[in-house]
Amino acid sequence: MDTVGGEVDSAMLTARLKLERRRASSSPFVLDVSIEIPPGFSILFGPSGAGKSTVLDCIAGLVRPDGGSITAGSEVLFDSESRVNCPPQARRVAYVFQTLALFPHMSVEENVAYGLNGLPQAERSARVEELLSAFRVEKLRARRPLEISGGERQRIALARSLVTQPRVLLLDEPLTGLDAELKAAIVDDLRAWNAAHGIPILYVTHTRDEVDALGERVIAMDHGRVVSQGTPLEVLEAPRRKRLAQAAGFENMLSGTIVDLREADGVMRVRLSESSCEIEVPLGHAKTGDRVHIAIRAGDILLATVKPEGLSARNVIEGRIVSMEARGTLIRLRVDCGVEFIVHLTPGATQSLELSAGKRVWLVLKTHSCHLVEE
Amino acid sequence: MTALILSLKLAFCVSAILLAGGMPLAYWLAYSNWRGKFLLEAVVALPLVLPPTVLGFYVLVAMGPHGPLGTLWQTLFGHGLAFTFEGLVLASVLYSLPFAVQPLIASFESVDRKLLDASAVLGAGRLRTFWRVILPLSIPGVVTALVLSFAHTMGEFGVVLMVGGNLAGITRTVSIDIYDHVQSLEYAEANRMALVLLAISFAVLTMVYAINRQVGRQMGRRLWTPWAAK
Repeated sequence: MDTVGGEVDSAMLTARLKLERRRASSSPFVLDVSIEIPPGFSILFGPSGAGKSTVLDCIAGLVRPDGGSITAGSEVLFDSESRVNCPPQARRVAYVFQTLALFPHMSVEENVAYGLNGLPQAERSARVEELLSAFRVEKLRARRPLEISGGERQRIALARSLVTQPRVLLLDEPLTGLDAELKAAIVDDLRAWNAAHGIPILYVTHTRDEVDALGERVIAMDHGRVVSQGTPLEVLEAPRRKRLAQAAGFENMLSGTIVDLREADGVMRVRLSESSCEIEVPLGHAKTGDRVHIAIRAGDILLATVKPEGLSARNVIEGRIVSMEARGTLIRLRVDCGVEFIVHLTPGATQSLELSAGKRVWLVLKTHSCHLVEE
Repeated sequence: MTALILSLKLAFCVSAILLAGGMPLAYWLAYSNWRGKFLLEAVVALPLVLPPTVLGFYVLVAMGPHGPLGTLWQTLFGHGLAFTFEGLVLASVLYSLPFAVQPLIASFESVDRKLLDASAVLGAGRLRTFWRVILPLSIPGVVTALVLSFAHTMGEFGVVLMVGGNLAGITRTVSIDIYDHVQSLEYAEANRMALVLLAISFAVLTMVYAINRQVGRQMGRRLWTPWAAK
């Protein structure tokens, strides 16, 4: 069952999944996705409840989809038509859970060796040794999971899942709660391991930071469907759905009504709800009178203390600073322009402009910083 | 003294049988998705609420020369089941069943399901998952099951009287012995036996709490008490 020595089994993971779950309180949850994961890192991104973990559970064989198929390379793991349903034990799909699920009563070494049942003792030890050193945790072998740090536990969980030489690795937000530096170190070790093995790695997350840090390919999911895929830039910069936009870190979510379409200019004017404020946004599939949602990043908004002139930017809105608060390395401003905008500035800019609450300011929005999103 | 030894022997046999038979039953009750499971759960819990005399009565009828168990035993071993030690063991197993099965179910259910998923994904079948993950993490439940079925069997009275009668050395357990002594106004004798029973019960429970404290520390688990498991 094993790939021998350094031989690389570069197999694509494909999954077409259909699944319906009745829920007591609301409409049924419907999962309907079709994804292809080539060797290397892919990120499954989306808000909580989008169905990301269910996709992983289906691929691992822990949840049986109502229909579809799952293949790893030439091997069929599940196919509803030919009634193939490989049990999780035989899929050779490694899965690291969000809670890691290390066995609390076993030592680190016993945990890592758990998946090697039936191998001769010498080979067992060799493989355990290889993985312990690949993830730099040789010194912890005799400890129990409760006696080591969070980052170390994450390394052990990775080592335990990869010791079986799987053909696919599934990661369900295993690195949440770690600081960026530690996270990057662990991901580097994982990349180094995968440079030699070349298996598809599907990494689930709901935070934008992780997409930026890890991403090569991103698949964005919402409400049980794939809503977009591509590079992190493509997927995150133009979210088509409101919930995804919120997850992707668009601090300003505004709603409004289209008052004018200027197809020649490639723009349309939108009056923001409950205010006289009008802004220009890129032309979308809509007609005058339609209600639309607009997502704007707080960091994409410019701020001026005198009314700017001679600008290419089409949207200049007057307002008043409501409050200012420090958020890590930036200052978060709430500006009232009839509707409230969130603006992020650097502490330096805030000081040199002598900003304070109550001050009159002008916000400058580039047309293409205003993203139209679906409900 | 014969009565005490008989009681201990009975309690050992019953706890051993209950542990061996209770584990598969508890595993099934803890993890099965069968829709009719509640029926079996009710049957297992029945001895908790049934008067011992009622349970004893039906067991006695079943074991009698015309009952199904009695005739089966007669053909297999050449003698009846009622008023024998074997009959007593069988009745006690039924009577103490919930005291063994319920703590086991509770502790099996408290094992994190993600650990079972992790085990499956790592290639372990059900049996290996049970021995390597579920059972080691359920030690407190196993100890509770053993102790409760042991203590409950030591102290039972009604069922023994119904099924076993009062035959010295065969079915006269310590609780019946105490009752006999009190009936014939031998309070000193009764007191001696009662004290021994009290001491044994106390010693066993002390041991259980001590073991669980140790296990709790090792696994970082919440401290367990036998009565919470019911």
